[in-house]
Amino acid sequence: MAEPLDDYIDAVSEALALPVEEAWRPAVRANLEVSLRLARLVDEFALPDETEPAPIFTA
Amino acid sequence: MTTKPEMTASEIASAVAGRKMLALDATEAALARIKQHDGVLNSFTDVTADRARAKARAIDADIAAGKEVGPLAGVPFAVKNLFDVAGLSTRAGSKINRDLAPAKRDATLIERLEAAGAVLVGALNMGEYAYDFTGENVHDGPSRNPHDTTRMTGGSSGGSGSAVGGALVPIALGSDTNGSIRVPSSFCGIFGLKPTYGRLSRARSFPFVASLDHLGPFARSVTDLALAYDAMQGPDADDGACTTRGLEPTLPLLANPVSDLRIAIAGGYFQKNVFPEAVEAVSRVAKALGATQVVDVPEAARARAAAYVITTTEGASLHLDRLRKRPNDFDPAVRDRLIAGAMVPAPLVDRAQKFRRRYRAQLAEIFRSVDVLIAPATPCTAPKLGQVNFNLDGVELPVRANIGIHTQPISFIGLPVVAVPVPLEPLPIGVQIICAPWREDIALRVAYALEQMGVVAAPAPRGL
Repeated sequence: MAEPLDDYIDAVSEALALPVEEAWRPAVRANLEVSLRLARLVDEFALPDETEPAPIFTA
Repeated sequence: MTTKPEMTASEIASAVAGRKMLALDATEAALARIKQHDGVLNSFTDVTADRARAKARAIDADIAAGKEVGPLAGVPFAVKNLFDVAGLSTRAGSKINRDLAPAKRDATLIERLEAAGAVLVGALNMGEYAYDFTGENVHDGPSRNPHDTTRMTGGSSGGSGSAVGGALVPIALGSDTNGSIRVPSSFCGIFGLKPTYGRLSRARSFPFVASLDHLGPFARSVTDLALAYDAMQGPDADDGACTTRGLEPTLPLLANPVSDLRIAIAGGYFQKNVFPEAVEAVSRVAKALGATQVVDVPEAARARAAAYVITTTEGASLHLDRLRKRPNDFDPAVRDRLIAGAMVPAPLVDRAQKFRRRYRAQLAEIFRSVDVLIAPATPCTAPKLGQVNFNLDGVELPVRANIGIHTQPISFIGLPVVAVPVPLEPLPIGVQIICAPWREDIALRVAYALEQMGVVAAPAPRGL
């Protein structure tokens, strides 16, 4: 049975021309689940619209 | 004067400059010790013996001719194999990079240490592309812990930890993106300095996460750490993130008293998910410094999460083409993490970078009222090689994902840290001495005071 992220993984794999062999898929999916869970924790934090990102480009 | 493996860099430099020891003898002693023990420790991937002997002879000739020599005259050192060493391919722990042309020029930090008289003896094992906290490497085999060779060195600068912990060399260099200097320092029982982001040049080293990468030294004493650090400071146009600040020497300040410093224990997040050894180590350091105030560091868990997101996505961007063309030449565990990193939506990365600035402001506020924060360097002492889980308070947790939980929220905003080794039995463990940006001098001063009190020390390698 397909896992919820499988369609997404297939789509991004194609968009980036980044191969994901079937044997790698469970580990890629598990890692992506961790990344998205941690990213959600950051996403939940309300930031003012004027917040600048950390890296500073100096011209 | 004969050489002893436990001689510090400052003792070697003093003996060499004082004509009591030849630089060549110090070099030969290091090469012999590498030959004797590295079959077990597996800390070196390249030994640059010919180059080292030539450099040592040149120093001895200078001394014989009455010329001035630098503060590290004759001191052997080695570097994580992501530093460019002229004549070697900069493998960065990978199989793929072995196909690169040999580097034409040394990394800036190697040039600066050698300008101070130090002698490069080789390049050191590391986790593939520095995406690692264990010190294990599928291509080169794991570096091994000098106190128990069945255990991890910590990563990704595992060979650096092993080589200095095993007293093969008194000084090594490594890199720290999320904890890769502080974790091996903790597991191998040595001192490590992760300077302020931008303090030391990264020119001609293989990157991992540009906005989080730092380089720094390991040593067996605080004086040696300061000696190496001072020799490497200074602007460098070849690293766009390197500061334009002038030299700020720390060695002359080491023995200044610490009684005027406001020292606090990092609370909240930093007191959770720790084994009793880490609690004991922090407690010993705090007691010795008279620190009783506990300061909560708000949003540290979110900071660690944001560091994770930035790391996995910037790392994926760096390696995208290699992932397309040579996926089967990666360590599969690294490849699968990087592929997943390439799939994280861009807005979430942008938010992580914005959160980073917010968190930086919060920590700056804390450093208005304290000078030093004390926190564990790792939640535990060195796990067994290959260990997958550990049991904390009855809960099974994955080892790899949890080794760096206390280092990531600190490097995330580039704060300077000295990792100090508390020589617990049977294994040492590190504590982070964390300061405000550009105050490496304070972190080193506190580490020196702890060393003088006998609270922290690099134990003799027990596994050799």
